[in-house]
Order: sequence, then C-alpha cells, then structure tokens
Amino acid sequence: MATRHGTTPSQTIGPFHRIMVPWEGGAELVAPDHPAAIHIQGCILDGAGQPVDDSVIEIWQANVHGRYAHAEDTREVPLVEGFEGFGRAITDGDGRFDIVTVKPGCVPGPGETVQAPHIALSVFARGLLKQLVTRIYFADEAAANDQDPVLRTITEPGRRDTLLAVPRASGGAPPVYDFEICLQGPRETVFFDV
Amino acid sequence: MDRPNSYKRDEAGEQPPYLHPEYRSTVLRAPKQPLVPLPHTLSEITGPVYGHEKVGPLDHDLTRQHDGEPLGERIIVLGRVMDSNGRPVPDALMEIWQANSAGRYRHEVDNHPAPLDPNFSGGGRCVTDAGGRYRFVTIKPAAYPWGNDPNAWRPAHIHFSLFGTAFATRLITQMYFPGDPLLACDAIFNSIPDAGARHRLVCRLDLEHTEPEWALAYEFDIVLRGRDATPMEG
Ligand SMILES: [Fe+3]
Repeated sequence: MATRHGTTPSQTIGPFHRIMVPWEGGAELVAPDHPAAIHIQGCILDGAGQPVDDSVIEIWQANVHGRYAHAEDTREVPLVEGFEGFGRAITDGDGRFDIVTVKPGCVPGPGETVQAPHIALSVFARGLLKQLVTRIYFADEAAANDQDPVLRTITEPGRRDTLLAVPRASGGAPPVYDFEICLQGPRETVFFDV
Repeated sequence: MDRPNSYKRDEAGEQPPYLHPEYRSTVLRAPKQPLVPLPHTLSEITGPVYGHEKVGPLDHDLTRQHDGEPLGERIIVLGRVMDSNGRPVPDALMEIWQANSAGRYRHEVDNHPAPLDPNFSGGGRCVTDAGGRYRFVTIKPAAYPWGNDPNAWRPAHIHFSLFGTAFATRLITQMYFPGDPLLACDAIFNSIPDAGARHRLVCRLDLEHTEPEWALAYEFDIVLRGRDATPMEG
C-alpha cells in the first residue's frame, strides 16, 4: 500500500471572489425559455437571520433523464446535448440567488436504492473556512423522497424538510421553487459531511 | 454502479473546523448541528469536469491582460496537482484571484486605501497538463488589513480554486509565501489544527524554475482527495 499524501487544507473564499474570471452561463443551466425550465429561487441567512450577501453557490446535477455528464456515469441513460449540469451564482444584497435549470431525473443510490431527484449544492463564503454542502430535493416528489436513501437517514421531520424546495403556489410558467438555506438557528439546514 | 468507488476522508486536523472564533465571521456562519455523513453515491463521484475549452491562451498570465505591465514583483507560480494516492490530476481547471502589489483587490467592496493598478485585474485560469502540472505568471500580492480585529492584516496570499475529478474533490484554498511574519498571527491560516497540514499552504522558492533577469518562481503543489483503495487494486 503506497503512503498517503496529506491533502491540501481548505481556506475561505473570502469577500473578494468577484475577481474570479466570470463563469459563462452563471446559474442558467438552460435558457429561461427552455420548455422544461424551472427556477429555484433561494436565500441564505446567517445565525442572526441576516442575509449572506457575499457567498458563491455552486450546483451539480443530473439531466432530466437522471444521467450525469461525467465519464464515471457509464449507464445507458441518454445525455442531453449542451447540458453540463453545473452552475455558479453569487448571492445578491438580500442573500438571494436564482437558478434556471431542469428538474433532474432519479439516479441510483447505494445497493438497490434509487435516489429521488436532487441537486448537490455547495456554499462558499467569508466566514466559511470550508464549503458547506447540502442537497436540494423537491417537495412535489413525495413518493420518491420517501424512498430516498439519504433523506431516510434524517429522521427528524423538521430537519428533513430543510432540504425541500417548495413549489410556489402562484403556478406561473416556468415554475418557481423556493429554497431557504439557514446556516444556524431553529431552521438550520442539513449540511453533509461529504 | 451499486458500490461507487468513493473518495478517502481527510484525516483529523487536516481541514479547518467551521467554527473558529478567532476568525470572527465564523461565529454566525458555522452550522451548530453536526454534519450528516453522506456515503459517496454517483452524485458525489461525478462532478463538473472542464477541459481546455474554458481557458483562453493568456488566462494563466495575469501580467498580460492589459496594454501595460502591472506594477510589482513579477513571479511564476507553478506546481503539480495530485491526489492523496500520489497520482497526477490531469485536465483539471484551476482558478486564481488575488490582490495587487499594493494589497488592493479590484473589487467594489475592497475599500483599503491602497492604489488600484490599471494594468492588473487579479484573476486567472489554467488547466493542468497530462502530468497534473500547472503554471501561472503574476505579480506578488501584498498584505492587506481586514476587520477581524483592529490591527489584523492578512499575509500575502493567492486564492486557488480547483474542481478535481468529482463533486467530492472540490477545493478552494489560499497559497501563502515562505517566511511571511504575518502567518504566525493570521486567524485564517491558523484555523487548520495540524501544523504539517497548515504548512502545505506555504509555497517554496523554486530557483530551478526561476527565469533569470525576469521572474522568481514559487512551487505550490496541491493534493486533492484520492480514491479509497479497492480490492481490485494490486
Ligand atoms: Fe484575500
């Protein structure tokens, strides 16, 4: 067994990340007029309930068929031309972000399990020495969510609900889902040790 | 695909904690509930993998993004990206950003009264080659004050962002310079509990890759998480 090389530690993204070369496409994974487009409109709040207005969020997801655009997803599930599955957004002065994407399909979980539609999300910010990782699930996928191997490990109902994006009642087109991320407090979002 | 080949966990003390009260901004931003362990599924062992199409030919050279040359000490920053099994990580997108030679970021929320440099933006990109090697040309950033306490100064640093091979290998970090007296009192650098791990963020003067009469070189190797060993591997 070869010796392990120690990993490089994480450090905060800090407040000055807008210097990064702008990310083409940003948080629009599909065009807003795509027939299957959805908006996920989120906000990030700190332990005092104040908006986190200087964070970067990144998302990673499968396409509508449940296929990742990555060499290690070798299943015979179709790729979608032009859909890479990655987006990056900077929260605005109210701590808000708006992702335009499609709802991903189901992907396999451990063993014989099937994971409900979900989007992996990382939060980078001043005051976070390492990114926080969570997942966006969809409140209107109740049956799939009940079978999801990750959601099933979170037994407190209040905590599990922090991972659900909720369809907005107004019912416009494209549909809008609301997703709140609380770094602390009674509604603290579930964050994962990846 | 029922048992994906997961990535190794970091060892104790290698990564900073979320709550590090000496770094005041962590107090209201660190989660208070324990993190939920996430076994690596297809969602974590895949990730955004971008190749050379995202990077322009001069994106790695922060001294050639404007008509004139930026002020300050020109430096070369180069090294290798590998995983914790010692394997190179090729075709990996790297992004850097930094303050200028006066310690000022070209950023609307940086109000440090040091001059901006019209010839320096401070952002760059490159992709590692087949051996995991990368090379940037830039200028040495200066220290700058920050509001952590009334006389807090960040040591000179360059911010680095890497995707690696999977969602699980995503890393944003900072590179520091050897011999900087500010390292001893920096709340962000010292948030990493293990001294050996902390010093992996300090680059090394590399005379071999220095270009005589032009620029000093600094070597900064980056180690991302590697795969767990599998029974198949010999
Ligand atoms: Fe900085």
